[in-house]
Amino acid sequence: MTTKVLPELKYTKDHEWIKIDADGFGLMGITDHAQHAMGDLVYIELPDVDREVKAHETTVIAESVKGANDVFAPMSGTVVEVNSDLEDAPEKVNADPYGSWMVKLKLADLKELDSLLDAAAYQALVEKEEAEA
Amino acid sequence: MEVSYFMSQYIPNTEADRRAMLDAIGVASIDELFSDIPAQVRLAKALDLPEALSEPELARHLRELSGKNRNLDELTCFLGAGSYDHFIPAAVDTIISRGEFATSYTPYQPEVAQGTLQAIFEYQTMVCELTGMEVSNASMYDGATAAAEAMVIAAAETRRERLLVACSVNPETLRVLGTYCWSRGYELTVLPCKNGLLDRAALTAELAKGDVAALLLQTPSFFGVVEDLTGVADELHAAKALLIVSTDLLALGCLKAPGELGADVVVGDGQSVGNSVSFGGPAFGFMAVTKKLMRKMPGRIVGQTKDAQGRTCYVLTLQAREQHIRREKATSNICSNQNLCIVAASVYLSLMGPQGLREIDEQILAKTVYAVDALVKTGKFRAAFAGAPAFREVVLICDEPVASLNARLLEAGILGGLDLSKSHPELGNAWLLAVTEQRTKEEIDRLVSIAAGGDR
Repeated sequence: MTTKVLPELKYTKDHEWIKIDADGFGLMGITDHAQHAMGDLVYIELPDVDREVKAHETTVIAESVKGANDVFAPMSGTVVEVNSDLEDAPEKVNADPYGSWMVKLKLADLKELDSLLDAAAYQALVEKEEAEA
Repeated sequence: MEVSYFMSQYIPNTEADRRAMLDAIGVASIDELFSDIPAQVRLAKALDLPEALSEPELARHLRELSGKNRNLDELTCFLGAGSYDHFIPAAVDTIISRGEFATSYTPYQPEVAQGTLQAIFEYQTMVCELTGMEVSNASMYDGATAAAEAMVIAAAETRRERLLVACSVNPETLRVLGTYCWSRGYELTVLPCKNGLLDRAALTAELAKGDVAALLLQTPSFFGVVEDLTGVADELHAAKALLIVSTDLLALGCLKAPGELGADVVVGDGQSVGNSVSFGGPAFGFMAVTKKLMRKMPGRIVGQTKDAQGRTCYVLTLQAREQHIRREKATSNICSNQNLCIVAASVYLSLMGPQGLREIDEQILAKTVYAVDALVKTGKFRAAFAGAPAFREVVLICDEPVASLNARLLEAGILGGLDLSKSHPELGNAWLLAVTEQRTKEEIDRLVSIAAGGDR
């Protein structure tokens, strides 16, 4: 199965994506590979607004029929908004992982972008993981 | 070497049965089944056990042993301190002795466990009704670990590590809280009491220091005092902390539900409903939370759903939180419950109903007042926390040392209240007297007469 990877996003090796806007805010979510691996999502536990998170810190817990998965913040920042649509319809993440942002962060340090993967690097990572699976 | 396996009335297999089984699997002897264990670590002789007893010999021996215990059928019990002599209707034992309940295993396969799952669902429902909370789990091991797990929920939810507990909590619960806090690196602060009630000023002062995850308050407390929870939840919530109330399901028949007073988690020990004293156990711990904390609650949860034919049925649900799925990230390691004990509690609560519970509680209140008034009138006792509302237990300060008082009572076949003088020396000759609905007027009068009878 070919996993979907969007060229304009940045990725983590833990299968999160982040979209940065001009004002220094980032929208984060999980990739197509992640939603497929997790299976049908039944509940998304979103963080409280104003919470400060560090890069790689568990920010969201995505509960699927198979288990509860930690979703890490791709970059450090403060939670300014969460996607409340996901409260009643977690399945949206399965249907449209890149269109279903989970948390909007006011980013603390844009230099952290340097340690993220671009689309090509992420694609290569996923292909390697899927081949080894 | 071949160890002999003698026949016994307790193991139905004959030698011929064993031979047939060995032949079926192609093994010459039972010893051969252990051949993978290296010879040097194998025990090469018979176990050094005395000769087996026949059933009549065994029955005689066990009767002798149990005869050394005294029990509540022969002793009139005024001892409580967390384990109470309440009446248990015969129906409880009859129902939980049924094989379907007594020998059933964990209900992980809903298709063959609907009876067990429904019983748990009914129990959860009754706990929610009594506590005024939205979700209950299928029970914890006991009240003490339920309280400790409640603290873990609070720490996880608030992401803070300071926990407060009132000094009037059961001392054994306090020790368990200490163990859990130590192992998780939480800071536990014990708040003082004034006249048996939580010192609200001390609470305010601790909250002002910041970073508090929760307050655990037991009501009725270890001393039998009923706390006024008015405003406590509000004060804690304003400081972004949680309120954990440890209470008693039987007492909730006459007390306001903690859920209605803003509690975030309600826990307690369930021995008082349908479970005998039994030298300390087993019984169960109950835990109920608000919907917001539902996914942080440990233990099993049974949910109601519909099967493929649209019929109502029951399943274990929200299992993603449990340790067999979440592993080291699970908030708790508990993956069991005290099923037989909660079925006993459910039978008891169903038989009593809300009106029955209230009647029992009214008897308890009336009899406690009667006993305390009579004891105080003798001039040899006074209430330690005068004016504080009490349920089922009262701390009395005695003229004489409690040890000699209790010795005199025991000689007369009465089990006296707990001697608090060693654990709470600041109270003096303190006696924690429990009066349940089981006590008759005659028994109380006799207690008073003998208790006041000493001349020291």
